[in-house]
Amino acid sequence: MRIRATTVGAVGIALLLAGCGNAAPTTPAAGPTSAAPEARELVVLAAASLTETFETLETEFETENPGVDVKYNFAGSSDLAQQIVNGAPADVFASASDATMKTVTDANLTAAAPTIFATNTLQIATAPGNPQGIATFADLTKPDLKVVVCAPQVPCGASAEKIEKATGVTLTPVSEEPEVKSTLGKVTSGDADAGLVFVTDVTSAGADVQGVTFPEASQAVTNYPIAVLRDAPQAELAAAFQELVTGEAGQKALEVVGFGAP
Amino acid sequence: MTSALTGKRRDDERRRDHEFGVGLPPLLWVPAGLAFALIALPVVGLAIRADWPRVPELLLSGSALDALRLSLVTAAISTTLCIVFGGPLAVVLARGRLAGLSVLRSVVLLPLVLPPVVGGLALLFLLGRTGLLGRGLDLWFGVTIPFSTTAVVLAQTFVALPFLVVSTEGALRTAGQRYEAVAATLGASPGLAFRRVTVPLVLPGLASGAVLAFARCLGEFGATIAFAGSLQGTTRTLPLLVYLERESDVDAAVALSLLLVVVAVAVIAVARPRGVEGSR
Repeated sequence: MRIRATTVGAVGIALLLAGCGNAAPTTPAAGPTSAAPEARELVVLAAASLTETFETLETEFETENPGVDVKYNFAGSSDLAQQIVNGAPADVFASASDATMKTVTDANLTAAAPTIFATNTLQIATAPGNPQGIATFADLTKPDLKVVVCAPQVPCGASAEKIEKATGVTLTPVSEEPEVKSTLGKVTSGDADAGLVFVTDVTSAGADVQGVTFPEASQAVTNYPIAVLRDAPQAELAAAFQELVTGEAGQKALEVVGFGAP
Repeated sequence: MTSALTGKRRDDERRRDHEFGVGLPPLLWVPAGLAFALIALPVVGLAIRADWPRVPELLLSGSALDALRLSLVTAAISTTLCIVFGGPLAVVLARGRLAGLSVLRSVVLLPLVLPPVVGGLALLFLLGRTGLLGRGLDLWFGVTIPFSTTAVVLAQTFVALPFLVVSTEGALRTAGQRYEAVAATLGASPGLAFRRVTVPLVLPGLASGAVLAFARCLGEFGATIAFAGSLQGTTRTLPLLVYLERESDVDAAVALSLLLVVVAVAVIAVARPRGVEGSR
């Protein structure tokens, strides 16, 4: 009886541990005598807006570094910063804002000072063909126009707020969304007439929305910093990955989806 | 009167069972303990993580009070809608003689199984400005539902309805139709028998269903964000504010989460769902 009870307990705990363990990098069981290049895993935590670009770069990086498998975790930058602060094992952090990178540098968890590798600016997203004829930032205050923005707590909303302050134009949005994709979604579904999102979001939405560029957007440019983490299990590879992103190939891939140069 | 007496007798029987019943197999304590720890420990973690000196200030901010008020008001309205519409639906499901009733029941249970965000999208494609019905509402009446408090109530009612229906239907089935049959032989019309016999019989089940529905409404997040959006005072309920604050001020998110825990515990403690709690 007692033995069985212990077994059940052990199984239960083992299950719990197995459930928690998926974030830990696995050590492949490659023998030291093996002729093939050593199998290594590089864990990159990156802002969700970098998904497309970084996936393109993955192929290139893995070709240049045989035996290396790049594992991405794409999520909101502040979620990722929280994960790093709480001890998630990772090699590189590419963030969509200075503020979230600061959470990590303040905790003294980067190997070196972060490097800005790209910038992003806001654009007005409208339905295809821009049926409401929105041409300027001030047009967003037209009566009966349903405008969605991001909440000031998230990067796209902080930028929108900055532009409002700089221009003196006050928006009365119908919703302040918690994520940029959620803002975009309200425009693609047709429930909002216009939304303030990043240029790169408009690019990734393709034909579903039309982007309207406005000059005031330059009042709030968002920086994308990248850094190798202090406790990176693959520090060397991490540095190489950062070099790829900040180098020519990385910059070209970023430019394609609408990112600005640092 | 009668129901109070039978209730008392049932309590006595249960107490007897408890006194003379065999003990629990010791093995059960291990998984039971783990299950309890899985529910209780994260809440303890939340309480420990809280920045207690700042909690009062964080909870008394304008945005937090707006969210609390909106959450309580919308959850109360949604629960009322669940009772008014879900109660009769439960009666139809339990007593109705209709082909395809089991299919109907499966559909009613859908919101329990679907991720709430899917429910929100479904509502959007029905009632959104370009949705099946929403397009007509906008065109003919100039009414748009997304981004309004109405949308929050609809989203909450959608996810909470099955809780009330299942609980009430269960109570109806357990009660059976004996008393109604007796009432009918004594000359009561179906309406009278329903009002004077059925309703009092299922009231405890309905009440526990309502408590569960209210709690589910308070916690609603996915369907609300997808269908209603998020604006202070209009659509930003407590869970939406927690999700947002987590981005910039984790302490505020933790304080608000604790507030939700307190409200939830208070709801359960005050209403004491009998159907869930059993004999006591």
